[in-house]
This record gives sequence, C-alpha cells and structure tokens, in this order.
Amino acid sequence: MEITLSPLSSTISKSFVQNLYKLEDGERVKTCLQCGTCSGVCPFGYLMKYPPGKIIGATRADIFEQVLKTDTVWMCVSCNACATFCPSQIPITAVLMTRTKEEMLLAGNIPSELQSALENTQRYGNPLGESPRKRADWTAGIQPEVNLLAKTRQPVDVLWFVGDYASYHLRMQSATKAFAKIMNLLGVKYGILGPEEYSDGDSQRMAGERGLFEMMAQKNGQVFRKYKFQEIITTDPHAYNALKNEYPALGVSYPVRHYTQFLVEHLGEIKPLLKKEIKARIAYHDPCYLGRVNGIFDEPRNLLAAIPGVELVEMSHQRLNSLCCGGGGGGMWLDGFQWEKAHARLSEWRVREAVAAQADILAVACPYEPPRFEDAVKTVQAASRLKIKEIAELLAESMDI
Amino acid sequence: MKIAVPVKFVPDLVEEITVDPSGVSLDTSWLRLVINEFDDHAVEQAILLKEKNGGQVSVLAAEAEGIDDFLFASAAKGADQLIKLTGDFSTANNHALARTFAEVLRELKPDLILTGVQAHNDLDGSIGPLLAEYLGMPYVGYVAGVTSTSDKVIARKEYSGGLVAEVEVNLPAVLGVQAAEKPPRYVAYSKIRQVMSTAKIEGRAIANLDVSGGIAISRLFQPEVAQKATMLEGSPIDIAEKLIGIIKELGTL
Amino acid sequence: MSQDVFVVIEHLRGQVSDTSYVMLAGARHLSQTFGGNVTAVLLGHNAQSLTGNLAADKVLYVDHAALADFTSDGYLRVLTELVKEQSPRAVILGHSSIGMDIASVLSAKLGLPIVSSCRNFTAEGKFVSQICGGKIMAEGDIPAPCALITMVPGGYKAEAGQSTQPPAVTTVPAPSLDGLRLAVKKYIEPDTSDVDIAKEKMLVSVGRGIQNKDNIELANELAAALGCVVSASRPVVDQGWMPTTRLVGKSGKKVKPKVYLALGISGAPEHVEGMGDSEVIVAVNTDANAPIFNIAKYGTTTDMFDLIPALIEKAKQSK
Repeated sequence: MEITLSPLSSTISKSFVQNLYKLEDGERVKTCLQCGTCSGVCPFGYLMKYPPGKIIGATRADIFEQVLKTDTVWMCVSCNACATFCPSQIPITAVLMTRTKEEMLLAGNIPSELQSALENTQRYGNPLGESPRKRADWTAGIQPEVNLLAKTRQPVDVLWFVGDYASYHLRMQSATKAFAKIMNLLGVKYGILGPEEYSDGDSQRMAGERGLFEMMAQKNGQVFRKYKFQEIITTDPHAYNALKNEYPALGVSYPVRHYTQFLVEHLGEIKPLLKKEIKARIAYHDPCYLGRVNGIFDEPRNLLAAIPGVELVEMSHQRLNSLCCGGGGGGMWLDGFQWEKAHARLSEWRVREAVAAQADILAVACPYEPPRFEDAVKTVQAASRLKIKEIAELLAESMDI
Repeated sequence: MKIAVPVKFVPDLVEEITVDPSGVSLDTSWLRLVINEFDDHAVEQAILLKEKNGGQVSVLAAEAEGIDDFLFASAAKGADQLIKLTGDFSTANNHALARTFAEVLRELKPDLILTGVQAHNDLDGSIGPLLAEYLGMPYVGYVAGVTSTSDKVIARKEYSGGLVAEVEVNLPAVLGVQAAEKPPRYVAYSKIRQVMSTAKIEGRAIANLDVSGGIAISRLFQPEVAQKATMLEGSPIDIAEKLIGIIKELGTL
Repeated sequence: MSQDVFVVIEHLRGQVSDTSYVMLAGARHLSQTFGGNVTAVLLGHNAQSLTGNLAADKVLYVDHAALADFTSDGYLRVLTELVKEQSPRAVILGHSSIGMDIASVLSAKLGLPIVSSCRNFTAEGKFVSQICGGKIMAEGDIPAPCALITMVPGGYKAEAGQSTQPPAVTTVPAPSLDGLRLAVKKYIEPDTSDVDIAKEKMLVSVGRGIQNKDNIELANELAAALGCVVSASRPVVDQGWMPTTRLVGKSGKKVKPKVYLALGISGAPEHVEGMGDSEVIVAVNTDANAPIFNIAKYGTTTDMFDLIPALIEKAKQSK
C-alpha cells in the first residue's frame, strides 16, 4: 500500500502541539520523561520510524512535520498500551496518535483500504459498505422474534446496540444470534434499532476521522431519543467505549454496559441453564477496549468459569498487558498495509500464545476478533485445531439453544 | 486551463434494484443514488490537472438527493465552481441531460470537459460523446490519463488487453474518463463540513427537457438469478469441456 | 431507405475484435425480423484482408491513410456520410473503446435514437439490453426508420459471426479526411511485467487449496492457455507464493472481471469483498459447503488437480 505524502507546511509543528495541549489531559505531554516505555510496549513500536515517544521528541525538537512525512502512524492500532504504562500518565493514544492521524487525513494521506471503510461509513453508516436496510437481516429465524423498536415502538428495559460487524459479518452473525437467544431465554425485555442503527464510529474516530465520528454520534443520538429504555447493552467493546466515554461530551448520554457485565448480574439465573458440558481448556483474550481501556477483566472470566467442564488458562499477555488483535485504530482496514510493513500479524502472535497456553478454545468478547483470529489460525500451522468462540456462543452452546 | 466536469448520480447497486409495478421504471422506494464511479474519476483527473498546471475546475450536476454533499466534497478537493441544475429531472435521459449541460457549458466556455466514459444506467448512449457533438467538440473516450501541452491535450486511450494509444486532441475537447491517474482522493468529513460554510453552489434553473434521441422501454425486468451455483457433474474432461464452452460464450476466451 | 442492418467492424493492429463477430451474429438474428441484408462496414488502410471471415451478406470497405489508426473523428466523417446515404434500418457498433467513441456522436449528429448495452435481440426484433451491472434487463422496440445500437458480448457466440465464405466487398470512396481534430501519436504496449489484475476480463484465482508453491505453475499454465493471468487469495500471497500485486480481497485489489475462476478458495467474506462483483464466478472446491458456492454461478467439487490439466487441454483445443 502506497501513501503519497504531499508537501506539508513547516508551521504545522507549532499549531499541532498547541492544539494537543487543549485536549483533555493534553498538557501532560509536557511531562514526558522520554523513558521509552511507550515505544517498548507498543506492539508495532519496533517498526515505526517514529514510535510514540519519538513523536513527542519530534514535537519538542520542532520537527513534527518529519513525522507526517512517514507513514509510521498508520501502524498504530490504538490499543492504548502506551497510555496505560506511561509513568507520566500521558493519554498518548487518544491525544497524540489520534490527532496525528487526523492531520494525516486532512492532508489526504491515507491507505486506500482505510479510505473505503471511511467512505462506506459516510455513505452507508457502516464501514463494510452494506445496505443499512439489511442491518437486521441476521434476526431471521430467531423465535421469539427479535424486537425491532421501529416496528413495535414499545418501551423496553434494554436497548441492545448491536454494532457493525456483529450485524453484517457472516462469521459474527452466529455470535449475535447466540446472544439474542440467551436474552430471549432469560426473558429480558430488549429491543434493537436494526436499520436505524449507525456505526458507533469509535474505530473511525481513532483512525483520525473526528468529523465522521461526530456525525455518527449525532445520528445515533437522534435515534436513541425516539425510544424509551433503561440502559444500553452492547456486545461491542468499541461501541461500549464510545457510548460510555465519548458520546456524553456530544450530548448523547445513557447508562451503558458491556454484555458480559449484564450477564454476570444474571449469573444466578444463568448457571442452572448451563446444562451441557464443554470440556475444554479455554484462554480468554482481553479486548483492548473492554479490558485495558475500561477495566473490565473479571466478568468475562466469571462467565466462562461458570460453564461446566471449562478449565480457564491464561496466556502470557493478559489483563492489563493483553496483546491487541490488531483491529483497532483503523487496523481492521489496514491489514494489507500492516502486512507489507511487518510480515507479522498481531492476531497470529496472539493465536500462538493461545497454543502455547495449551488452549483448545480462544474465547473472545469483541466482534473484530473472531474473523481476525480465525484468519490467523489459517496461516499458523500449529494453531490449526484452535477454535475461536465468542463468550455468548459458548454460553449458548452450554445452554443448548 | 478551464476544466468543466459534468457528473451524474446513478442507482447504488449496493441496494436491491427492483422494477416498479408499471414494469417500465425502477422502484424508487428504496433506491439510493450515488455518484457515477467514472464521474468521480473525472473530478479527480480534473483536480490532478489543476494541481499540475493551475487553472480552474467547475463541477456541474443535475439536482438529486445527496448532490450537495458531493459538490461540497468536490470543492474540498479543490474545485473552484459548483453548479447545480435545478428543475424536474424525473423524465430526463442522457440526451436531455447532455443538452442541458451543453447550454450551461456554452456560457462557461471551458477548454476541456472531463466526464465519466459511461454510467451503468445508460440506455440511450453516454453523456460525454453526446455533449461533444452538441458543443461541436472532438471526443475521445476510455481515457486513463491526460497530459496538457501548450495548446492541446494528450489523452491516454485504453483498449482491451492493456494496449494504450496516446491521442493528441485539439482544444476545446470532451474526454470520457475511464480512470483518473490516481484513485479519487479521500476528503476528511470535517473538511467537507468546513467547506459547506465557505463554498457556494450556484443554482441554474433548467428550461424544458428535450428527450429526443432516447428510446422507449416496453419492459424492465430482473434476470433470473440462481440461488446457489449450478453444480457441474461428470468426469474432469466433461466438466472442463462444459466450462470452456461457458467461457467462450461469455466472450473472454 | 433499406431494411439492412449495418455492423461497424472493429479492428486494431490487424485483428478483428471478438465483439465484431458477436455483432455480426446479432445482426443476422435481427435481420430475420427486418428482412434485409447484414452489411459489414470496415474502415481502415490496406485492411481488406480483414473482411475474409466476416459472416455478412456484403461488406462496404472504405480505405484511406487517415483511417490506418482508429480515431473518432476519422470514423465519424465516413460513417456520417455512409449512414445518411444508405439509410439502413439499424447500425450496430461495439460497446467498446471504439464503438463508444462514435455511437452517441452519430446519434446527436444525425438525430437518430440509440440503444445502449444491447445483449441480444428477440424473435420479434426487440432489443434486450443489460444495465445496472447486469441486475436489470430492458426490452423495447428498435425505433424506425433507423436506430443505432451498441452491443455487449454474451448474447451470441463469436463463431456464429464467422464464415468460411468471404463476403462480397464493395469499396466506397472515402470523403475528405483533412483537418481531423485528433491524431494517434503512438501506441504503448501493455507492460507485462506489472499485471494489473483489476483490468483483466478473466482471472484464474488460487486459494489455500493450491497447497504449495510448485502447484502455482499449474495455475500459470492454465491462465496462459486461457489468455489471462493468475490472482490469489490472502493465504497464498502471505506465504510468498504470489506477489501482493495479485492479491484479491479486502486488503488487496477489488476486481470485477467477466469470469472469475476460483480454485481452492473457500469464499471467506474478506475475499468475497474483493471479487463479489465479478460477473460470472466459477468455483472449484472439494468442500461442497464452502461459502464460495453461494456466490458462484457454476461450481464443481472435482479435485482441482484433476480439473486443471483437463481445462488446459480443452482450452488449447478450442483456439
């Protein structure tokens, strides 16, 4: 993937840095110790011409435009490892990497794969370029029928924000259906937006499209206001992050939980329903935006531990230092680009860790992961027997629904 | 050099395209319109020429849902003038559109007109060559690159199999663009929003449409689509024979 | 005023295009309704030998140095006069880089209606055109007294437009061809070292089922026999068996060829994203449940290592 870099003005350094300081906690950039932890813990840090620490160094040396002349920043998968381990607690991902990507986009420097995902989001409300009319097609065949709020217009307890990949991606639809069946079995009064739902926009935001993100938030906000519900539950950690941490500042504020938090609350009712044994060693992968960024580590594990026959094992990267699958920050749409640079995929690395932990199943809780890990399993010989399963799929399997 | 780019919106094939009860028009209830891909390339090629040689780019379009966003995005890419033809285009065919564009273009007097070589909903010819004749200009289509010399342009005309002819064309001329030298650039949404407050779309009301030269359709229908693949049976040689026959019929062998 | 159907023959560098033969076959079908002759119109310079196998009742041949290369202006000068004089019932041109440069211009110049993307004619002499990426077909009458038609391949076999009996050739003097507004300066050969799979009309695409690098040779042989090139899905490219320029899929190129032959490709969404718009997909996969069969028009579970040699043989035979 080639990026042609157009000549950029040298005054960009100063204004860029001034604008950084205005962002939330942005002033912390000034306290960078140049310790190199961020660059070291960054999964692609070794490949970047300007890993995070060096970008800060470049702004200090007033040569930030040099950074924009490289394509370094597109290797960032917004996994937040840098920000998590920074001793000065600089929100590196949100402030530095995202803003740098925004500058790249404004200059028109963007890998073409990413371009289509962003253009699709603008045109169809989802990065896959699928027709919005088909967003609820996955519900076909589920009994009782999944409640489409536009049709029934009844107040519900839970608005289930399904998300792009969960709605459209063929592999993910089975996980989405599994969760619908679990909700039905538990008798939860819920509804979905279907064709009225827009992309949460969080990954597009982290890929530098702030304007697009705000448009998605605005549109979703308008739809939310039409209906009555107590809380939003989502199966997508990126949507969870957007709804919880970003939407409120834009005037769209609702209580929101990830589905694992919701189900754990109902563990008492769920346990007796887990009739079938799943005899397997299961390694749980902490998704970046559920675990590291939002501190939810135990609930998914508690759900898995409740399934009879399951032996939970941990991989070498876990919890706070979990290894990103490579899908965030635009990574989902930069596979070709990243492969050209790295000839290694984070998803393949992770799959090897699962094998090393002697796991039979790699359990996930984010819709980016099953397609990415299943793809990785195809090319990693040692992992040919590793199964990838969404927690909802495992629960549904054990519930025999 | 003054470049004009007339564009049109076409049905988006991402949606299901169906025929309405009349049997002679498309069902518009779920029809989504999108820029004709080749016209998108024409805009990009125009901007590339402006970046290389200076000059002015005007983008013209008939009003349709989503046209304003597209025109603003063109401005964000570098277009200088945005013209929207207003009126009732429900009965317009390519001949009518080309005649309407020609009226405005005669006023604008561009040196070069770039437009998409075709659109997937073309039934009565394509806009580029029609426009060329209405304006009395030469036309070259299937263009995948344009270089300007002192008083002419060199168009890279593509033939099948990858053969390219460099054709020198007198100006003013109309070129039918197959592909721009670079794929259409991305415009950050915030940039489009910014442009909305600074760029102006000029509206030009149209007179009556002249659709002569078009043809009447007696029937629109969807071809039969098999749900699953037709499985070929037999020995490898049997299957190979059938496949080669199919490929020959499709004209690619 | 006649009921003849004219076909404007397309040729480039000594070769008549396949579309020309398809048009002749279509013209023959259409002339059954109109009752007139099929007249091939050939413009060129020292190109009379190209008329030899045209399946036409007669050929109108115009020779001029300025017609040695195709230019829209050159052809238009000749055809405008010819069509005005001869008043045929219909004039068929190719929906191609040649036909499309002149068809609509003629329509505007002569005030004649024009039908685009015609695939075939019906027994009643109606046109059937395909539009909207092949999703919609349009049928209608061919307006009298004369209409222009651009044709796409797919409705008739090229063989039906070829004949072993050379037709009678009438040479028609060319009008003045001075002062043309455009000229071909040079031709540039396709760069075979750098294949752009997105431009190919047919692709032989291999997936994991190809199993190893050595078998890629077999795919290359098949592609050569079919006159196209090899593309691949991601696992093949990742292994380094094919260069990234041949990658089809979400992280590679998006292709829309007329024929996509998928060998040992399962049809995962990421791959389909790159080739789902292909006109005709032929899938070869030993797994009957492979998702590729949901989007393919034709399929077979025959082992591709048995099928490929057979395909190579049949392809060579048919040339």
